[in-house]
Amino acid sequence: MRSSAWTWGASAALLVALPLVFRSGFAMSLFCQAGIVAIFALSYNMLLGQTGLLSFGHAVYYGLGALFTIHALNFAAAGWHLPVTLMPLVGAIAGLAFGIVLGYITTRRAGTTFAMISLGVGEMVAACSLMFPGFFGGEAGISANRTLGEPFLGITFGPQIQMYYLVAAWLLLATAAMYALTRTPLGRMANAVRDNPQRAQFVGYDPQWVRFMMVALSGFFAGLAGGLAALNYEIVSSESLSAYTSGLVLLATYLGGIRVFAGPIAGAIAVTLMQTVLASLTTAWPFYFGLVFLATVLFVPGGIAGIVLLHKRLWEMRLARRAAPVYARMALPVALVLVAGVLMVEMAYRASAGVSLRLAGWLLDTRSTGTWIAVVASFVAACLLCRWAWRGARPRWAEVSAAIGDAR
Amino acid sequence: MTPAALELRGVEKRFGATEIVRGVDLRVEKGERHALIGPNGAGKSVLFNLISALFPLTSGSIELHGERISGRRAHEVNRRGLSRSFQVTNLFHQLTVFENLRCALLWTLGYRYAFWRRVERLADVNARARQVLDEIGLAARADVPAGILSYAEQRALEIGITIAGGADVILLDEPTAGMSRTETEAAVELIRRISQGRTLLIVEHDMSVVFGLADRISVLVYGRIIASGTPPEIRANEKVREAYLGAAAHA
Repeated sequence: MRSSAWTWGASAALLVALPLVFRSGFAMSLFCQAGIVAIFALSYNMLLGQTGLLSFGHAVYYGLGALFTIHALNFAAAGWHLPVTLMPLVGAIAGLAFGIVLGYITTRRAGTTFAMISLGVGEMVAACSLMFPGFFGGEAGISANRTLGEPFLGITFGPQIQMYYLVAAWLLLATAAMYALTRTPLGRMANAVRDNPQRAQFVGYDPQWVRFMMVALSGFFAGLAGGLAALNYEIVSSESLSAYTSGLVLLATYLGGIRVFAGPIAGAIAVTLMQTVLASLTTAWPFYFGLVFLATVLFVPGGIAGIVLLHKRLWEMRLARRAAPVYARMALPVALVLVAGVLMVEMAYRASAGVSLRLAGWLLDTRSTGTWIAVVASFVAACLLCRWAWRGARPRWAEVSAAIGDAR
Repeated sequence: MTPAALELRGVEKRFGATEIVRGVDLRVEKGERHALIGPNGAGKSVLFNLISALFPLTSGSIELHGERISGRRAHEVNRRGLSRSFQVTNLFHQLTVFENLRCALLWTLGYRYAFWRRVERLADVNARARQVLDEIGLAARADVPAGILSYAEQRALEIGITIAGGADVILLDEPTAGMSRTETEAAVELIRRISQGRTLLIVEHDMSVVFGLADRISVLVYGRIIASGTPPEIRANEKVREAYLGAAAHA
């Protein structure tokens, strides 16, 4: 109890302090984006990690939440009395309402069938956005202005920092609520249904109803995230409820780790960094994003949270010293693979554009066969080196993981 | 005549053209320990799945305390007071032992789908879960995920989940399968204790368990009950010897 109170206090303090350290406008919009994606990814994990439901259409609730909020914002500009602070609740209630309606359809079945139905429903709603541009805004989107009415205590939501604190407050509230939900009868039965729906029936629960309630409630939080996005960007287009956005939240959630409650927050931060920082460095960023996701699925199914937990356990069990040689041995080979890999991708990208790669004073000619042979050969060599190093390190790593396993 | 705890009338089950259960009539009285025996493939597990509504019947009817339950869904049958264990261990494998038991209690103690109450604060649920934990001898393993328990421990937890909710009719499907002699003795002791004051229907291959535990025995062969009676009656029954015990002795 005390340690959890400490965690919440520290999180709140961190959220308050962040803008005092990072003052740039870029950092501010980055934080806002990460906070919104964090709520969205946490809501997605209510389905994926907690209930075992793989949805390909979660953006529907996010996008509809955003749409209803942006319309509410425009109504408010026309004279409705609704404070901007509470506006995300409009999105949340829209998300809940559509969660109830669409959840009733999608949760008739679980497993692959659920995934397919969620994809179908997602496509249907996305199609509506192009069929009814009046409400959905189409590709151009609907815009609004969040600075309306008289300033309240000097708050107009004009400056990005005020928007940041709004996102931070809702993030904290929503996270606390979603965390509390995991420790309620419904939350626990969602886990039970994930593990074994048949057995859940034989302790008196209807797995279909448990799934339905989780979809509806996760729609609420996805809608909340959408509402905040509407306020933050002041525009909502058809992209926000598209399969692209549904895919993005899946990737962020899985990348962060679906077995740990806070995992999706880490995933949201990682994805936001890739979308902004990495995107400012290279136009090939979606390719790297794909690679990172692939590597996560293949090598670290526990995601970022899984890695953190593993190392926490290594540290607590005083195994860090035994694991250290493995890291020392693998560091250089892995770095070489990464460098050679990135070099290859960047050269390929530039070759298609017919330009050469300029790198810290070097000029790599993307049309010369010799350069290509050298780069590909160094990539292959790095891979072989990595494999060789891992062969040597594996017995020790097996020892360490066995020691962790035994302790359980 | 007071209604039986469990009454099957003309129960049939066909999978495609194959008839597995071919007209079973079975009456289990309140408070009785009733064993269902029969050679492999006789349809015992299928019959269990029919009673617990995992499969729909092809024809016939099943009544629980005089109320028809055939045609209802599994969770509805469970809510009416019938609980079962599985032959192949069937747990919430990522949840801890304690959490498994807690989940088995939430519905019967009336918490349904509540998402506004904290499970840590449900005193009745936690006290009862701890009590069952002691009963099945897993108190020391409370915080271990069910998936990494030993086989015998998983079987004990399987029984724990089945009885936790306080159902008055309990179906156990081969509870001692794959256990060593000592483990079996402990399991039988546990079953004897937990079935006190309840109705028990048990499928079991171990004859010493069956004859030591059951008040009545029914013998199922090729989807039909060929005999039903007290252990001495069954032991003396010529048809049973021929169809079942003889075959088992030769096997």
